[in-house]
Amino acid sequence: MQIFNFKQPLNFMRLKWPAIILSAIMLVASVASISIKGINWGLDFTGGTVIEAGFNQPADLPAVRQVLADKGYSDAVVQLFGTSRDVLIRIPLRADIDQATLGDEVMAILNQSNAEGVTMRRIEFVGPSVGEELKEDGGLAMLVALIGILLYVTMRFEWRLSVGAVVSLAHDTIITMGLFSLLGLEFDLTVLAAILALIGYSINDTIVVFDRIRESFRKLRDTSVDDTINDAITSTLNRTVITSLTTVLVLVVLFYMGGALIHGFATALLFGIVIGTYSSIYVASSIAEILGISREDMLPPPPIEKEGENTDALM
Amino acid sequence: MLNKNPLWRYVLVIGVLLAALIYALPNLYPEDPALNISATRGGVVSEQIRADLERSFDQANISAKSVVLEQGQLLARFNTTEDQLQAREIATEKLGDNYVTALNLAPATPAWLNAIGASPMKLGLDLRGGVHFLMAVDMKAAIDKNLNDMEQTFRADLREDKIRYRNVQADLANGYVKVTMRNAEDLAAAQAALKKRDRELVFTPSAEEFTVHASISEIRLKEIQEYALEQNITIIRNRVNEIGVAEPLVQRQGADRIVVQLPGVQDTAKAKEILGATATLEFRLVDTDADLGAALEGRIPPGTELFYSRDGRPVLLEKRIMLTGEHITGASSSFDEYSRPQVSIKLDAKGGNMLSTATRDAIGRRMASVFIEYKPSDELDAKGNPILVKNQEVINDATIQARLGRDFRITGIDSPGEAQNLSTLLRAGALLAPIQIIEERTIGPSLGKENIELGTTAIMWGMVAVLIFMVIYYKAFGLVANVALVANLVLIVGVMSMIPGATLTLPGMAGIVLTVGMAVDANVLIFERIREELLDGRSVQQAIHHGYDRAFATITDSNITTLLVALILFGIGTGPVKGFAVTLAIGILTSIFTAVVGTRLLVNLFWGGRRVQSLPI
Repeated sequence: MQIFNFKQPLNFMRLKWPAIILSAIMLVASVASISIKGINWGLDFTGGTVIEAGFNQPADLPAVRQVLADKGYSDAVVQLFGTSRDVLIRIPLRADIDQATLGDEVMAILNQSNAEGVTMRRIEFVGPSVGEELKEDGGLAMLVALIGILLYVTMRFEWRLSVGAVVSLAHDTIITMGLFSLLGLEFDLTVLAAILALIGYSINDTIVVFDRIRESFRKLRDTSVDDTINDAITSTLNRTVITSLTTVLVLVVLFYMGGALIHGFATALLFGIVIGTYSSIYVASSIAEILGISREDMLPPPPIEKEGENTDALM
Repeated sequence: MLNKNPLWRYVLVIGVLLAALIYALPNLYPEDPALNISATRGGVVSEQIRADLERSFDQANISAKSVVLEQGQLLARFNTTEDQLQAREIATEKLGDNYVTALNLAPATPAWLNAIGASPMKLGLDLRGGVHFLMAVDMKAAIDKNLNDMEQTFRADLREDKIRYRNVQADLANGYVKVTMRNAEDLAAAQAALKKRDRELVFTPSAEEFTVHASISEIRLKEIQEYALEQNITIIRNRVNEIGVAEPLVQRQGADRIVVQLPGVQDTAKAKEILGATATLEFRLVDTDADLGAALEGRIPPGTELFYSRDGRPVLLEKRIMLTGEHITGASSSFDEYSRPQVSIKLDAKGGNMLSTATRDAIGRRMASVFIEYKPSDELDAKGNPILVKNQEVINDATIQARLGRDFRITGIDSPGEAQNLSTLLRAGALLAPIQIIEERTIGPSLGKENIELGTTAIMWGMVAVLIFMVIYYKAFGLVANVALVANLVLIVGVMSMIPGATLTLPGMAGIVLTVGMAVDANVLIFERIREELLDGRSVQQAIHHGYDRAFATITDSNITTLLVALILFGIGTGPVKGFAVTLAIGILTSIFTAVVGTRLLVNLFWGGRRVQSLPI
């Protein structure tokens, strides 16, 4: 069985400009959404307290809100989490409350007001300084990862491809974050991990295409740059699609069976892999082409000259 | 002919797989509910105690799977958690205060696996329940304490050298001690004298006349902070041991953070109380001659400080501290001859000497014990952390009856509970700098169990989906890839179990699921290449050979970059990000191995080295 079987290379590069315009629109929309609507940072980044309580019967949310408001937690956000028996309570940071002991207090209040008993499933408290550091560290991790990739690809391939790879990675990251911002999905630590994993996945994809581009340049003589890139993308298309498909398959399973805690992770990766697959086909190679990559850049380096052959004697 | 397997390749692949399989095996055995009993204060659990306990369990009709002594600790395994809880009650009742009994889950790894060092993967708290605390050490307080000490030492030193000073005052806000002299000669002499005793002092001229600011050098400042952190870690370790948790983790993070993980702990309030309390004790002489009334009006006599006792009674104490909590080596609560609660305190040699000297000429005078506690206040500092308030109160004062040595008692405590609380804190030692909890994550045991189940089913179904897809798409070669995928999973679990530092977390499980999806990539690259070569009209053997050859370069290039990302994640990330990075990195390495070496072995075995007309691909 084979999904695609082409006798002739597909003309991907014909859609180069439409793809670039599409990407530009998505990027602008993402940046606009992030700067206007902002990102719904999760507890890990904002600080505050999250309590997940398990009720023995379907929980009466208004009653829970009332009880908490009576005890002075009127700013608590109460919602269902996963099932109708699991309740998630968020309490933002407040100066007048000792947040570190707040979880225990809320559990005590819930237990008092509920005859059947409420079990503690999870309490998380994050102080404000921790969240700030996390944002910095997360941003730093991404930046360092991108620089590392930039250096490695430049060393192994060519600087134009390297720029293409890094731009396409930044493209994937920004658009995925843009989607999270647009849909108001919560951005927590697992989502950060997902985005970093996405960088890993997307670079994998891009390098496979680049590898083929290099090979095609060496194989095909007297062929235009467009056609060479088309040839490379066409011959790796099966692999690109199949790998993305199996990964998406697994992520769908994770999304439905992995539990509520891992939803953000699965969502970010699912979307990111679709974007990443698109960008490794279009964005990375288009940029390398626009930067003026040519066959000469891709030829194997001339044999290393004998050391000191053409240099003057030192003394 | 092409594509034959050399013997060493069989040996390598089978050897690696076998090793991984054996080391992955312990994960299949369920854990036993167990009790962990250890002695506090350097004691040991004796064979006698072991035999006694075993007998008591029998009497109470609790069937213990085993009760064994290992490295001075007793481990009793049970069949059910009810037995375990009941046994704990019996044990704590029988053994009393000097032993710590902790509930635990002991891996039921068979002896032969234990013998070769195989053990199950460590599970993160999100998978087994427990508390994670991140604490910050208040470095400002550590430095303030040091400046106050400097002020005291300067005065004593100058007095000793008979240099008359006008004023010596610690300026905590600016981080120096202000030394004001009567004239320029004295100032020079004082600087020389102080410098002689402590070469690390830095003197900066002040705008005021005959005044210098003495501060601590940068290097010393670092040392002080380092010492405060290390000391706090030791103390927190002691306190954690008091709670009696099996496999606790107390670890430094960065310059001023401490991570504490208590697996299986449910009573977080209690844990917080014990960990978070930053109490210390000071002993000072009561100044009975001074005018208390004047002090209350604000005219506090020099050399004294105004304190209040628990019931609000004002007490004037000498500024000089006779002894601080850091010299306390032991403390226990008991009752005196009139059945009043008391705390008996043991000191180290230096503390004993200090107290002995301090009380030599003070018999008949009153000595007060000051209890100092740091509590977070409502106000926040610039970084958004609550500012700590120093809370100090005189918990008792008693007349010194005789010269005190290394053993003495504090009486006059309100309740036995309070006495016990105080002794626990004193025993655990005094923190050099206050700490506060800046992050807390508590996972209930039911949620932990649920997370494992969800993670395992997700891995299983994800795996099944990929396996089916691969067979449909690549036929016989799909089966080969599937063998590699399963081997890959065994390898990941085996390697995770082998590496001592690797901990499986929920994001880590997600990482494994993701690896399952991505691990086919290398296979797909190879298989697609083989198909291409066949389409190009090469012979079957040539196609296999070139397919693997060409794909290899691509596989290494693409995976090295991904590995780079995983390593960066591991280096920079904390907590879940780190857990995820570990599994991702291991997954990449194992998937390269299984795809490139493993499937090649099978492909060569079935189709290589002989005349084959076409490939089932």
